[in-house]
Amino acid sequence: MPKRTDIKKIMIIGSGPITIGQGCEFDYSGTQACKALREEGYKTVLVNSNPATIMTDPEYADRTYIEPVNAEFVEKIIKKERPDALIPTMGGQSGLNLGSELSKSGILKKYGVELIGADYNAIEKAEDRLLFKNAIQKIGLEVPESAYVGTMEEALAAAKVIKFPIIVRPAFTLGGAGGSIAYGMSDFKQKAYYGLKASPISRVLLEESVLGWKEYELELMRDHEDNVIQICNIENFDPMGVHTGDSICSAPAQTFTAAECALIKDAGIDIMREIGVNGGVNIQFAVNPKNGKLKVIELNPRVSRSSALASKATGFPIARVATKLAVGYTLDEVLNTMTKRTPASSEPDVDYVVTKVARFTFEKFKDTPDILGPQMKAIGEVMAMGRTFKESLQKAMRSLETGRFGFGGDGKDPLLSSLSEKQIAEKLKLPNSQRLWYIRYALQKGMGIKKINEMTGIDPWFIAQLDELIAQENKMSKKSIIKSAAFPDELRSAKESGFSDVQLAQMLGTTQDKVRALRKKFDIKPVYKHADTCAGEYDAKSSYLYSTYGSQNENPINTKKKKAVILGGGPNRIGQGIEFDYCCVHGVFALKEEGYEVSMVNCNPETVSTDYDTADKLYFEPLTVEDILAISEDEGKKTGFIVQFGGQTPLKLAVPLKEADVKIMGTSPESIDRAEDRKKFDAVLTELDIPRPENGTAFNLAEAKKIVREMGYPVLVRPSYVLGGRAMEIVYDEESFDKYAKEAFIVSEKYPILIDKFLEDAVEVDVDCICDGKEALIAGIMEHIEEAGIHSGDSACVLPPITIRGDMLEKIKQYTKALALKLNVKGLMNVQYAIRNDIVYILEANPRASRTVPFVSKATGVAWAKLATKIMTGKTLKQLKVKEKLDLQHVSVKESVFPFSKFIGADTVLGPEMKSTGEVMGLDKDFGHAYYKSQVAAGQKIPSKGTVFISVKNKDKRDIVFVAKKLVDLGFKIAATLGTANALEQFGIETIKVKKVHEKGGNVIDMIKAGKINLIINTPAGKGPRSDDYQIRLHAISLGVPYTTTMSGAQALVYAIESVSKKEVEVMPLQEYYKK
Amino acid sequence: MKKAVLMLEDGTCFEGSSCGADGEAYGEIVFNTSMTGYQEILTDPSYKGQIVTMTYPEIGNYGIVDDDAESRCLQAEGFVVKEMSKIKSNWRAGMTLGAYLKAHGKQAIEGIDTRALTRHIRDFGAMKSVLSTVDFNKDSLRKKVKESPSIVGIDLAKQVTVEKPYKWSGKLKPVGMMINEDRYVRVGNNKTKLKVTAFDCGMKNNILRILTDLNCEVTVVPIDTKAEDVLKTNPDGIFISNGPGDPSAVPYIVEELKKLLGKKPIFGICFGHQLLAQALGGKTYKLKFGHRGANHPVMDTRTKKIDITVQNHGFAVDLKSLKKLKHKVEVTHINLNDKTIEGIEVKKLKAFSIQHHPEASAGPHDARYIFNHFIDLMIQAKKKTNKK
Repeated sequence: MPKRTDIKKIMIIGSGPITIGQGCEFDYSGTQACKALREEGYKTVLVNSNPATIMTDPEYADRTYIEPVNAEFVEKIIKKERPDALIPTMGGQSGLNLGSELSKSGILKKYGVELIGADYNAIEKAEDRLLFKNAIQKIGLEVPESAYVGTMEEALAAAKVIKFPIIVRPAFTLGGAGGSIAYGMSDFKQKAYYGLKASPISRVLLEESVLGWKEYELELMRDHEDNVIQICNIENFDPMGVHTGDSICSAPAQTFTAAECALIKDAGIDIMREIGVNGGVNIQFAVNPKNGKLKVIELNPRVSRSSALASKATGFPIARVATKLAVGYTLDEVLNTMTKRTPASSEPDVDYVVTKVARFTFEKFKDTPDILGPQMKAIGEVMAMGRTFKESLQKAMRSLETGRFGFGGDGKDPLLSSLSEKQIAEKLKLPNSQRLWYIRYALQKGMGIKKINEMTGIDPWFIAQLDELIAQENKMSKKSIIKSAAFPDELRSAKESGFSDVQLAQMLGTTQDKVRALRKKFDIKPVYKHADTCAGEYDAKSSYLYSTYGSQNENPINTKKKKAVILGGGPNRIGQGIEFDYCCVHGVFALKEEGYEVSMVNCNPETVSTDYDTADKLYFEPLTVEDILAISEDEGKKTGFIVQFGGQTPLKLAVPLKEADVKIMGTSPESIDRAEDRKKFDAVLTELDIPRPENGTAFNLAEAKKIVREMGYPVLVRPSYVLGGRAMEIVYDEESFDKYAKEAFIVSEKYPILIDKFLEDAVEVDVDCICDGKEALIAGIMEHIEEAGIHSGDSACVLPPITIRGDMLEKIKQYTKALALKLNVKGLMNVQYAIRNDIVYILEANPRASRTVPFVSKATGVAWAKLATKIMTGKTLKQLKVKEKLDLQHVSVKESVFPFSKFIGADTVLGPEMKSTGEVMGLDKDFGHAYYKSQVAAGQKIPSKGTVFISVKNKDKRDIVFVAKKLVDLGFKIAATLGTANALEQFGIETIKVKKVHEKGGNVIDMIKAGKINLIINTPAGKGPRSDDYQIRLHAISLGVPYTTTMSGAQALVYAIESVSKKEVEVMPLQEYYKK
Repeated sequence: MKKAVLMLEDGTCFEGSSCGADGEAYGEIVFNTSMTGYQEILTDPSYKGQIVTMTYPEIGNYGIVDDDAESRCLQAEGFVVKEMSKIKSNWRAGMTLGAYLKAHGKQAIEGIDTRALTRHIRDFGAMKSVLSTVDFNKDSLRKKVKESPSIVGIDLAKQVTVEKPYKWSGKLKPVGMMINEDRYVRVGNNKTKLKVTAFDCGMKNNILRILTDLNCEVTVVPIDTKAEDVLKTNPDGIFISNGPGDPSAVPYIVEELKKLLGKKPIFGICFGHQLLAQALGGKTYKLKFGHRGANHPVMDTRTKKIDITVQNHGFAVDLKSLKKLKHKVEVTHINLNDKTIEGIEVKKLKAFSIQHHPEASAGPHDARYIFNHFIDLMIQAKKKTNKK
């Protein structure tokens, strides 16, 4: 059936900020959906609060709303836009929940909006655990024994029936938030309680554990004529018990026979029919390794992280095709854009092995143990392709950028003798982010495949592959190998197994360069193969490439066009996320406009940059010197490489690439180094007469102490060359200084630690500028809401600035431009300042695209990254007719979003080390409303009445009076513990006195639990024990009570509440903001 | 590690390691894009005379499962993979793939760029080849390939058919994954006892298992059985199986089929489909590199329903040749990838055939229901005869 003509205008719901379990894969799918709908001539309305997405670029939809993605705001948009239909399946779990909510509450009916791509009843049947269980059992399949409960009494009764261990899964939560495993009655009580609280509908599924079973995932797609195809099957390396987002995954499945795969597919199709779901779905199964018994775990009736992975793994664009099906097409009517000759009804075939490995950040949340379970913990992931599992796993391991270059043997392994078998066994039994390494140690200790399989549940086939890698490593580590006649063959064989030059250098006792020279000598170099959906059966029309070692290079090399390669940002992590991918994608678009053939290199399957449709060529490759040099060799010396868009990842490669004679476009590596290197940078600042906080560089602890003593506390310490403020701390005394300085030395081996005088209570400012080497312009100036000392990535900020005096702003502009010209920046630069006592201090400058570029672009309506790219091709700002846009008629607020609810136990206090995973934008005509929107978008349930609990450090006790007074005027009640209460009452503010945490009966925690507190203002003291505060914040997080931990945040919040009480919030699309 | 060499007719040569038995194998080099199912492929008699390369690189991971064999022996001449698993890992696995190949004396090569080989076959067509673990001299190998017989015009079916008629007794075997596996394993629930006589041109066991499960008593007869002898078995329907090679190399069966048209319902699969087309007066031709895989979308032109099908054929029925024949031949199924014929039917004669493999094995079960059509035709015919 052709597309529907009875609908004209379609609304798409985005997934909002990046959080754990909901990453940038939904920008990838949403962007595809937007493109697919526009191709068909539909008018599109998009809502997403995340400014760092490509989908919210104004050209992707007719009407783009950067507004909070919740029922209240979406109803406003529907009222204004009156779309005919709404697609809820592109915005992850939150998009689906919202679609379901809008349907249930009758809003869609009220405005005559049809839900397309998913049916309300189907969503309910798939998402409601009991309905799902019934549906599965109806068709003769099994789910793990379970009970669905809504109260503690029911939970306790159910626990008596189901055998321990019991898995606790709250209904309708992201990435399984609040999920856990209980091993006995005592911990069950606590876990069930949190589970009930975490679920938005207060329902929890208690489930028989299938720990250790094989985990099998199926990506299916069904059209409305009941045609079903299998896009991909995925086998998890980590068996059941570890969230699939945290597991190492292999596509296709490796250890299932054809008969089994066919049966599971039958089951999958049957399930889709029974649930009544069309479009793309992901179904998870558990298979008992001992007897093949199959249990159905869950079904996601929408595009998902797994579907993004399956799309990248196979080259089949699931979101795009699902969108086409949603508007009425059948599978045979949609063309496979990879072969451009077969229809989408042809099932993808792969002739390579895909391995996905998750990227964790436990080091940032020290109070949380590194244990993996049913709740997702990973922040990002990498995918690698190879012709064997061994090759793809090793490529994945070096893609992760955790300092490793494969499956060990890279000189980074701990001393094997320092580990006992007992220690190893412990790490094998309890899943954790480091388990792969412990399998290595176990194999090296000779613990054997069988024993490791018993301890981990990991399939023997996977362990055998790892064992083969170790055998090969041992062979290559033999002293005699390099001189033997078999060496060239052994070297080739090692490369085929994915060993990197870094690993081989370590094994052979030589350098990476020497290994490269040896390879050259024996003519061993990678070839590039197409990922083409058809295993080579048809000619691929898109250049989706991966490297391997083989006899035929398929890389289509263009010798006529100007060429450029953009290096991506690798896996998402805290400090380097979707913002950098946004810049890369813009770089691609700009280069295409300039007539270049553009190649993209990246290894992050969640991104838009790794959509094979984005660039002319996609190299799905690790971002290491070896891998990039190989691409450079194929593409030729004239091809330019862009390193300033992908964050720190490609920037680190700038110097080695330049040394290998690779052409770097834009700001030169020397300039980058001048900004990164303290001494060189100081010289530049002195010359330009720009003040900076007193600072020093220390190469050892003694030196560091000397510097600090001269400077005086507080100081800011950090290792050089890191992103996201890793290991950055503000220290107030010598004791804590010793502790942190030691840590910083561990973090950066080669580089010294940096010490700055910390400017307490300063206002921080972020500036993005663009420069062509002759002229510099300001792209945007952002004022941080939180005071200095909080990482810029975690701080809320406002553009244009609201409290900074004009003369200070002038100074900032002048400094920024002078610096850009001095550093001969060609492209973008970000500078951070702190203003204290009317002095503008520079904190740091980064001559590259920064995290704030997408926000500034959305706020100003100028695609700065695109312009920067054009400058890199040689254009000038004059030629591009770029103008500063600093006088805006609207206010943009960026707020950060944190993963604390996933790291129970981790403290929520903000500091110089970045902890946020994503951001949202609030856009309105005034600050109050814009800030309000940003808070709502970030997930805060901002109250308009009720009780506010206040507990502030002494320093803030004066400022809090004004805040409290305002709250009382707005009709709020104030609750506080004795100290704060007394301070408030001195100023005539009536206060409910609340007992402290350690006092029994009716204390503050009891009040929070009882739901009597609607907002918490809690500023912790700069140092010392924080136990009470910590408990308060922990409960606020667990129970979803809005809170703020800074004085400035509290002031802004109260201001926002006041604004909204005076004038109702309105919605407006970007296209209208830009018109003015 | 023992060396092995794969030499193609055009001189293209791949050097790798032996992962099967020692010796030399000759055959047409073809590729299969199924990601699993190597055992079913190797034991499928349709691969007689061919050396098969799997496009999926990791092969042998789940070993050999006795229940999954499609015939009693290993039929393909040789096997080509990127990497063969040294271990087997599956709850049903018996021996490893390597041991299985060795036990059956079949040559196999690993460690070569199978994608390069696949693309070569795609671009230059399926061609003669030799896989050797004993002779590494390129000139000698090339000469041997040139002298080896071509698959075109050779009666390979004769080599794999049964010697004398027999009654099949095998059953559909559950894998054991689900309580109610019948729902997916079984094709239908026919209550009428039926008798089917099946021409064995190299038949896959799963066809027999399905027919038996559909309440058919199947008599398997050799490919050169005369029409009158078939009729003597008094069948309710006649089945023509899949099989290897060129359908034009077996004119003797085509002649017998012509005599059977209209007498009893006829159902042909793959090779059997090509033979039925020929019996109806149609022509077959050789595809450049054939269809071998488990992902081909096939549309029923009458219902527009799409099935993902299992395919293994190097020849196809020529669409133009079906026009203006004595009986009106309806094209019932087409391949959505290249629009080739996937099924025909002559309603009047109660004869139909399918180019792909509705019995699946190895691959998706989408098209299994097609067997029910054969059952329906037989029941209809039976009722008619009873009435008379």
